[in-house]
Amino acid sequence: MRGIVSIAGYVPYRRLQRSAVAQLFGKGGGKGTRSVASHDEDTTTMGVEAARLALRSVPDAAPDAIWFATATPAYLDKTNAVAIHAALRQPSTAAAFDFGGALRSGVGALQASLAAEGTGTTLVVVSDMRDGLPTSTDEAAGGDGAAAVVVADEGGGRPVIAEYLGGASVSDEFLDRWRTPGERRSKVWEERFGETRYLQVGIEAWESALESTGLDARQVDQVAVTGMHARASRAVAGKLGVEGNIVVDDLASSVGQTGCAHPGLVLASMLERSGPGQVVAVVTLADGADVLILRTTDAISSWAPADPVARQIAGAADIGYGTFMTWRGMVTPEPPRRPEPQRVSASAAWRSEEWKFGFVGSRDRSSGAVHLPPSRVSMRGGAVDDMDPFDRADAEATIVTYTIDRMAYSPSPPVVFAVLDFDGGGRFPVELTDVDPDEVDIGDRVTMTFRKLFTADGIHDYFWKAKPVRSGGRGHGANSTSDRGET
Amino acid sequence: MASHGIKDRVAIVGMGCTRFAEHWDKGLDDLIIEASGDAFASAGVTKDDVDAYWLGTAQSGMSGITLARPLQLTGKPVTRVENYCTTGSEALRAAAYAVASGAYDVAMAVGAEKVKDSGYQGLNAFPIPNDGTARTLTAAAMFSMVAPAYGKKYGVSEDQLTEVLARISWKNHRNGALNPRAQFRKEVSTDTICASPRVAGRLGVFDCAGVADGAASAIVVRAEDAHRYTDKPLYVKALSFSAGSGSGLIDPDYDYTWFPECAQTAQDAYRQAGITDPRGQLAMAEVHDCFTPTELVLMEDLGFADRGTAWKEVLAGTFDLTGELPVNPDGGLKSFGHPVGASGLRMFFEAWLQLRGEATPERQITTDRTLALTHNLGGYPGEMVSFVSVVGTELG
Repeated sequence: MRGIVSIAGYVPYRRLQRSAVAQLFGKGGGKGTRSVASHDEDTTTMGVEAARLALRSVPDAAPDAIWFATATPAYLDKTNAVAIHAALRQPSTAAAFDFGGALRSGVGALQASLAAEGTGTTLVVVSDMRDGLPTSTDEAAGGDGAAAVVVADEGGGRPVIAEYLGGASVSDEFLDRWRTPGERRSKVWEERFGETRYLQVGIEAWESALESTGLDARQVDQVAVTGMHARASRAVAGKLGVEGNIVVDDLASSVGQTGCAHPGLVLASMLERSGPGQVVAVVTLADGADVLILRTTDAISSWAPADPVARQIAGAADIGYGTFMTWRGMVTPEPPRRPEPQRVSASAAWRSEEWKFGFVGSRDRSSGAVHLPPSRVSMRGGAVDDMDPFDRADAEATIVTYTIDRMAYSPSPPVVFAVLDFDGGGRFPVELTDVDPDEVDIGDRVTMTFRKLFTADGIHDYFWKAKPVRSGGRGHGANSTSDRGET
Repeated sequence: MASHGIKDRVAIVGMGCTRFAEHWDKGLDDLIIEASGDAFASAGVTKDDVDAYWLGTAQSGMSGITLARPLQLTGKPVTRVENYCTTGSEALRAAAYAVASGAYDVAMAVGAEKVKDSGYQGLNAFPIPNDGTARTLTAAAMFSMVAPAYGKKYGVSEDQLTEVLARISWKNHRNGALNPRAQFRKEVSTDTICASPRVAGRLGVFDCAGVADGAASAIVVRAEDAHRYTDKPLYVKALSFSAGSGSGLIDPDYDYTWFPECAQTAQDAYRQAGITDPRGQLAMAEVHDCFTPTELVLMEDLGFADRGTAWKEVLAGTFDLTGELPVNPDGGLKSFGHPVGASGLRMFFEAWLQLRGEATPERQITTDRTLALTHNLGGYPGEMVSFVSVVGTELG
């Protein structure tokens, strides 16, 4: 038996009120909110955050491979999964592959890993950022987010919390939406055509999946229908042969459709709410239809999600439409008159991989002094080459002092910057993110997050920032518990 | 700190200093030629009489040729030095040691910086290829973290701190207003200072040093030769320098209320010069007021005030031009301007004018004290280079 041993979603901190679009343009937008990746996030960094959350529940999971799927990759040619691999400090023997380009690659990676019995532990990361031109449906209905799923065989060391019962795929070549390489904007054919096609292939896949798993539709406890075609999703959901309350919230009104990430995100959301013995299904509509059916095991009772999707949805803060359009590159405000950063040196970055991607410093064996970044010579006692690696990525920290830099270069000024003292040792001055300048104070608690500092010459500069630990919402403090059983 | 010092072995016998300003019409060569020419004339020498040259420039040029070409020096040892914002002081330190060692009879230090050709605001460092994890904060932001830490440690309210920092800026603008060579020659009210747009943290535009082009230079000779060049030489009493290890940035014990490198160099310089009571013995001090909180903290690091009391002394006017110990009588970095490589030598130039009684009458300090201090720092809280010198008009 193969299945999921841990899963997590990642929804960025910021939301756009869809009504803000019509307030500016007199049209577009809609009701509810969509999630917005920060200016320092991309599909790779969001994938890292989702994977960190998923692995926090199973720290010794040791994936044999990391699969990363997105329709909006930070790099082409260069494998984004390898950056995720580095940020997760996985051993070099772990494989890392991208599933790229199409919206269907997200569910494809999930399906392939779940079906591949006997292939060890696979960490599947799905991530996406959905864009559209101002006032478009895609702009309003899209969302940004990621999910990470740790897939393994039962008996592999970690208990399976949801076993994969089976599924079905139907492939159909028809033009619904498309985007040529280099384009930001997707184009769509007349909506009714796609709806007609998806309704047919969706139900076909659903019935085929039920047949292959030997289940009746009435045995399904929760099902989510996802896809960028909202009308088609609603239409398919209405024809599944299940009671209305079995079809769960597809997060469209709060998060928006996160493309490649969405099947993983809704699956995480469902499993976080599930007790043992529940049948959970995901129907994904993209160039055909894919159905995944799982059943939770008794082990789910002792599985503790690090930061449930529901909490992340609740603990959000709005940004204005102007900021949204700026972050998406739709408008370019005047930057500070400071030089833009130069590109990162490939060789320098490689030499400091542990630090840059893993946020691993060093601790002097004799004095205990913590060095961030790692140092060969100790600042206390002067011992040379007598240090142990000291991992700080998962440590929480307290703000010692801070400042707001209104003149430094930033893709989104001002820079909020703080000096941190980490629990368990180590001081580091670092930029804060997911924070408003007026909400920072000395003594505040923060946690580290993997971000993109800037891009120069097409090279993304990945490193770590700190973000507030927000009670009742974000972060992964000791009070983070599952909200299982709640809605 | 193990330093022997070279007290009374070397003297400054000639100096020059351009006006510090946005010299749109002058290039680096023009600034160098002007400041050097003034120093040659001041000492009554020609370029050929100088045996060795040191040029301090942070990023306006590389190698000694940056100086040798505009002055057309041939066959001379010319060295370019760089040490962050202490670059100008470093040039003088090298020249003084060269003479003290006996290697040369006459040496010259030139500091010059052409900042305003960059097209950007503020100062910007050379980009060195790196792994992309270094801070990209402005210096203003790094120093802005000092004020709240100081206020918290010593129980100074935010309003009081605002008043103190504004008082420092007001004083330096007032001093600069009287100085024909200063970049900003206008008094600024504390109301205007407090209302200025924020740059970083609580620091506004008027808390930050002026960004200017400029050059300054000094000619040094053996002390026993000094009177061949001038009746009023400035004897070098102490030269102290310290480069921090950068550990302040990652050491949880560092609290951002003082600069250890500065305190250390001050102690060393006082020991070299035989000073036991700086506030009572110095005629004046030029200090590195890159930002107003920097000057505040330096008053304590340099021993002009006890820890936690400098803010009261600032408000009491202790460091005003007519106060007990005038600090930055020339206007400081704040209003004189800060062409990085020139600033250290500009500080010596003010000591040169004041101790020789050559400042214009409305700003001449009246005192019977004969010693002046210059303090020049570079870098940031926690990661700093510091220089302190003492010069005096009397031997012994």
